[in-house]
Amino acid sequence: MEYHEFTIGNAIERLTRHEISSFDLTSALFSRIEKYEDRIGAFITLDKEQALLQAQKADQDIAAGRISALTGIPLALKDILCTKGLKTTCGSRILENFVPQYDGTVVSKLKEKGAVIIGKTNLDEFAMGSSTENSSYKITKNPWNPEYVPGGSSGGSAAAVAARFCCAALGTDTGGSIRQPASHCGVVGIKPTYGRVSRFGLVSYASSLDQIGPITRDVRDAAILLNAISGNDKLDSTSARVAVPDFTKAMDEFEKGSLKGMKAGIPKEYLSAEGIDPEVEKVFMHAKEVLTDLGVEIKEISLPHTAYVVAAYYIIAPCEASSNLARYDGVKYGFRDRSSEDLIEMYKKTKSRGFGLEVQRRIIIGTYALSAGYYDAYYGRASKVRTLITKDFSNAFETCDFILSPVAPAPAFKIGEKTDDPLTMYLTDIFTLSANMAGIPGISVPAGYSSKGLPIGIQMMARKFDEMSLLRAGYGFERNIGLSQKFPDL
Amino acid sequence: MKISKSEVEKIAHLARLEIEDSQKEKMVAQLGNILQYIDTLKDADVDGVRLSSEAAVMNNVLREDILEESPGPCVTLANAPDKEDDFYVVPRVVK
Repeated sequence: MEYHEFTIGNAIERLTRHEISSFDLTSALFSRIEKYEDRIGAFITLDKEQALLQAQKADQDIAAGRISALTGIPLALKDILCTKGLKTTCGSRILENFVPQYDGTVVSKLKEKGAVIIGKTNLDEFAMGSSTENSSYKITKNPWNPEYVPGGSSGGSAAAVAARFCCAALGTDTGGSIRQPASHCGVVGIKPTYGRVSRFGLVSYASSLDQIGPITRDVRDAAILLNAISGNDKLDSTSARVAVPDFTKAMDEFEKGSLKGMKAGIPKEYLSAEGIDPEVEKVFMHAKEVLTDLGVEIKEISLPHTAYVVAAYYIIAPCEASSNLARYDGVKYGFRDRSSEDLIEMYKKTKSRGFGLEVQRRIIIGTYALSAGYYDAYYGRASKVRTLITKDFSNAFETCDFILSPVAPAPAFKIGEKTDDPLTMYLTDIFTLSANMAGIPGISVPAGYSSKGLPIGIQMMARKFDEMSLLRAGYGFERNIGLSQKFPDL
Repeated sequence: MKISKSEVEKIAHLARLEIEDSQKEKMVAQLGNILQYIDTLKDADVDGVRLSSEAAVMNNVLREDILEESPGPCVTLANAPDKEDDFYVVPRVVK
């Protein structure tokens, strides 16, 4: 087995048996990055020097018998997670030179558990986008075919994992930004329940929707990483005071009882949605058969308010964004435009030169929807529709354990294909937005390929705090789907 | 809902943004498209439905009021684009 082939699970085994060292593993991954990164563009910042020091320290710890959950495991982080002393840009010019003075809670947790942070991955600016084309720094390419997007907004993390530049990565998901790139890159992605993982040190986009989660090569790794980052945090009052189970037990549950007794619902509104690509439908139908063979009882369910999901989301998220992004005023941190002597002019020039167009578009939509006279018609109405969407899901979960759906209506599209038409891009989020609106967990697992050889995933969503069901079903599915090729040749 | 160029300019001012003239027409057209799509929300029956922020289970999150050390101005101001001693420097406000 070559170094880049190690999952987190494999690497932990070999490291603890002293068969490999973290230093050699980390060095090998950097050699691979140096060879192929020009073709992929997964990273904004690489931190080889610190990573190798962390790896050496991990090797000393292992030699001394001090082994934590992730000791010596090389991971990448989406560049919207604050890392002390390491530049965090959010893919934006406005934070080009921003060096956080503290670690986000997930970052401290990973460091405490011995992980090696290799670098910060590319993203759509402030996580606003579905293709990673909205980054101010570079366009990340899909490792399966560099003419295609990797999805977004965590496209850099998904591409880095698919290209096997790191054992795994963290992404963030506000409307599908973990699950959709995972699907487009042929890797596993979990958006945990809202509140499962602390958001302290995650730069805010839409605070009632944002959540951090793992992007990994297999379902077991997702469970290992979720174990490491979950839990209540006094620095995030929205993080839940709910017990965190050992998520790797989900694999044991599958080994014991397959998926017998589990019920999956398929929303009839999803399959009649406009614009589902026949190749996605074919992969989905096959996935359904695989799950049925594993003992899952599949039934049709209804999520009656599906038609309003995209519209409600594209009010709520921009409203929250317009408030959250008001802080970039060129005073406390980040870029300042120095061409004006007037304070208001300075704010305007700083923001307009610091933010890209998609970010400005969303700030304007949000400001408009919250402005006097429009609040009830837009934010008020969207917030009520969100209540209805949440109810749709709780009704559905009375008759099923998880909901099965495609992740995106089509496989990855070509770079540049949708950049001029933001609305068409928004509409591709139809199947992933609901989990954020309802606060429930969702997983994307590789399920097949398009005729052009691009990966297609399936999504499962479960009740709040029931990531276990997703991991159990996802693991069973992964073991039995029998994909011909798990990773791209670079 | 259609949105006019002057409305976009007004909103941009409220958001402290300055849209370049070359981008304005395109921005107005794109925003118009998006807002027109968002009008589908008008068909939803929301009579008697509560706002999602009210419907969520809301508990006060309390903690002990324990005094902790502040990181201090050298940390707080570390990323300031312009500073003097322990203060942020901004363009003159009082003229």
